[in-house]
Amino acid sequence: MPLSMVNSGRKVRLLAVRAGRGLQARLAAMGLVPGAELEVIRNSHHGPFIVSVKDTRLVLGRGMAHKIEVE
Amino acid sequence: MAGKITVALAGNPNSGKTTVFNNLTGARQHVGNYPGVTVEKKTGRRVYAGYDINFVDLPGTYSLTAYSMEEMVARHFIIHEKPDIVVDIIDASNLERNLYLATQVMELRVPLILVFNMSDIARAQGIEFELDQLSELLGAPIIPMEAQRNKGTLELLDMIVALAGGEKKYQPVKVNYGREIEKEIERIIALIETHGAGREPCHPRWQALKLLEADRQALEHIDSQEIIDGVQKSIERLEKIFGDHPEIIISDKRYGFVSGAVQEAVRGTVQSRYTASDMVDAVVTNRFLGFPVFLGLMYLVFQLTFTMGEKPMFWIEDLFGWLSSQISLFWAAGSTSPLKSLLVDGIIGGVGGVIVFLPNILLLFLAIALLEDSGYMARAAFIMDRLMHKIGLHGKSFIPMLIGFGCSVPAIMATRMLENRRDRLTTMMVIPLMSCGARLPIYALIIPAFFPRAWHGPMLWIIYLIGIVLAIIAARVLRSTLFKGRSAPFVMELPPYRVPTIKGTLIHMWERGWLYLKKAGTVILGISIVLWALTSYPKKDIYEVDYAGQKNQAVADFYAGVEQLNAAFNLPSESDLLLKALGAEREAIEKQAQYYRHEDEYIAAEKEKDSLIAVLEQSEIGRVLSEFWEVRRGIVEARGAFEEAVAGGRLKPEATEYRVLKSNLNITLADIENHHPQIYHGVLTYLDKVRAPYDETLRSIYQRRQSEDMTNSVAGRIGHGLEPVIGLLGFDWRIGTALIGAFAAKEVFVAQMGIVFSVGETDTGSEALRIKLKRTYTPLVAFCIMLFMLISTPCLATVAVVRRESNSWKWAFFQLGGLTLMAYIITLLVYQSGRLLGIG
Repeated sequence: MPLSMVNSGRKVRLLAVRAGRGLQARLAAMGLVPGAELEVIRNSHHGPFIVSVKDTRLVLGRGMAHKIEVE
Repeated sequence: MAGKITVALAGNPNSGKTTVFNNLTGARQHVGNYPGVTVEKKTGRRVYAGYDINFVDLPGTYSLTAYSMEEMVARHFIIHEKPDIVVDIIDASNLERNLYLATQVMELRVPLILVFNMSDIARAQGIEFELDQLSELLGAPIIPMEAQRNKGTLELLDMIVALAGGEKKYQPVKVNYGREIEKEIERIIALIETHGAGREPCHPRWQALKLLEADRQALEHIDSQEIIDGVQKSIERLEKIFGDHPEIIISDKRYGFVSGAVQEAVRGTVQSRYTASDMVDAVVTNRFLGFPVFLGLMYLVFQLTFTMGEKPMFWIEDLFGWLSSQISLFWAAGSTSPLKSLLVDGIIGGVGGVIVFLPNILLLFLAIALLEDSGYMARAAFIMDRLMHKIGLHGKSFIPMLIGFGCSVPAIMATRMLENRRDRLTTMMVIPLMSCGARLPIYALIIPAFFPRAWHGPMLWIIYLIGIVLAIIAARVLRSTLFKGRSAPFVMELPPYRVPTIKGTLIHMWERGWLYLKKAGTVILGISIVLWALTSYPKKDIYEVDYAGQKNQAVADFYAGVEQLNAAFNLPSESDLLLKALGAEREAIEKQAQYYRHEDEYIAAEKEKDSLIAVLEQSEIGRVLSEFWEVRRGIVEARGAFEEAVAGGRLKPEATEYRVLKSNLNITLADIENHHPQIYHGVLTYLDKVRAPYDETLRSIYQRRQSEDMTNSVAGRIGHGLEPVIGLLGFDWRIGTALIGAFAAKEVFVAQMGIVFSVGETDTGSEALRIKLKRTYTPLVAFCIMLFMLISTPCLATVAVVRRESNSWKWAFFQLGGLTLMAYIITLLVYQSGRLLGIG
């Protein structure tokens, strides 16, 4: 399912990022690689997201969160 | 000197890289731009152990892909400038993510030193490093550091010198990407060796890896079609094996390498470095509380900028006032030397008018530096993202736009925080629509003159609102035409909150303040001179009106008035006592007007007058003179105190306080009358019926002459020339002339209107100018003036800073032309439809 559906407080594993190659590499550099553990810190269902990955807090735009496939 | 070393500082954003850089170089820094891009380049020097070390602060990046401008700059620098050593600053409390960048620097085969910054925080979290083991695994020396406390700086310098001097050998390790990928790497290396490395030769293994990652820039630099085909085949083979793009596998392997090393050599039950930070964020990024907290902080920033800046602004104004009076001393009294006028009116007036804003600018940058260094700025962008998204920008654009309400110049400089050039240019283009502080005096002059009291507040609000709405529309239009394309997907790290260091914050603030000063010294200096010349030349030799004759008439009227006062003072009608005394006073004032208080001529004139009056007081009827001075001083002082207390008209006559002050004044005056019943009314007649009209006439003559000069000057002629064009907006030549001044700085509009309407020195409280404006223009025209000033021509400083920040005149002129055209069209529509509807 897309990350945008995950509620605050849930922990998920990243499966894939459906984005252009440049963006994929960028996200990988920030820790968002397949297999990485994610925790959704804040998802208010409008506006951006806060997730925790590799002990880093990242803000993701909502559009971005739609493109991230997790389980 | 043993030699020169170039050291590049790399590292993730928020790794404390800037603090390390500041510790290494102190204030010996130079800020510039990397050639061709808007990324800031900071360099600094340090002489250590006989070496002249040049440090280059690379932009903060997460990796060395070709994704963002920063990454390309960092990579380009390492490949092309070939620094002797790269120092990678690593946040030790977040090792895995930070070491990812290090793996890529290793592949460039440049001697590398790893700095484990914030080791203290890491230790507090319970992390323990086996530094020797880790250093061996990563193939690079490691220096633990606490940059906030300036610990570890010398150790780093020692290591740099040891590596450069050859006492220590750099022994890199290879990241093993697994059999399949390694095989393809070898294939590509072989291809590169036979067909050539293309236009960006560097370490072949790095090049091969980048090609496998389908890196845009690496591919661009390859000339040989054989290599490109070979790489394509390798990529396809790997995709078949792994079922994913090679770059994903490669980054996965890099993380694997890093976490392998970390598991070997780092112990401890790791606590999150975010525990405290998360508690703050629970409030600051809260769905309901976040926005009020944000607004509160922004209010504080403005408060800090504009209230604390007020005092220093006065000091700077005083300083320039003093400077111009000192410079004036070099010329003979009343000199009309063009050089004096150029220095005092042109240069000091122009440059001083800009430097006056320096305290505001410094405070604003101080506040921004604090918000940035503490980590709050990232949260603000998070909170504003939803709103900004609607206009095609994202959260980070909000901060520069907000600053724009203060001044466009620092606002445009603040757009540096936006990574994507399209986002950045869009934001830059619309910033002048945020009505800046310099436009406020214009509204403050016009609104009270034309609109009923109840409308003052709403009118001002409407003007600001129009600006915001236009900015939103313009941003949307730009985003879907010129700057089309998706905005950079919004991904941003929320660093843990940190207490900013004083040194770091001050350096941050000063860097930007210095840029502002430099601009005032160059661009604005030049423009001030041009504008001064435009408004001062050509000079008029013969005036249309006989001003000298009018002045003589005023003097004659003054003496005639004084002669008639004899009766009121019980003096014989043929007595010339008052005539002589008041005449001596008038002459002294006229002479002194050309000098400054400390000049000999001023003092001489004062003495001459005093001795003349002293002689007169000795005479038989001279006693009345002493009484005259006393009564006059009493009345003038009482009236002056009253005027000051009612704050020059700001206190309204209806107010209770005003009535109390007024009755106090009347009591004081009555008291004077009781003590001097014989002459009180005579003195009043002198003050109100003789002296006041005389002063008023002289002022009017001066102003009318200045106005005639103005009409004749180039600026005045341009104003007349503009009339056919701006006439359609309801503007006449006077407004046209003022518009030219407003281009230099918006607030000049008010002063310029004062000159063309010949009311002399003007400020926003000027009632005289308001009355004249009201007689000349309709409320519709007045509204159009405000509208035009809101939208049109960003001031010169803005044009200059857009040119600098966008690195091209094209965008500066595009903005200038675009906004002016937009202002013209909108004002035209408003004015013409207003006229059709019969308003105004």
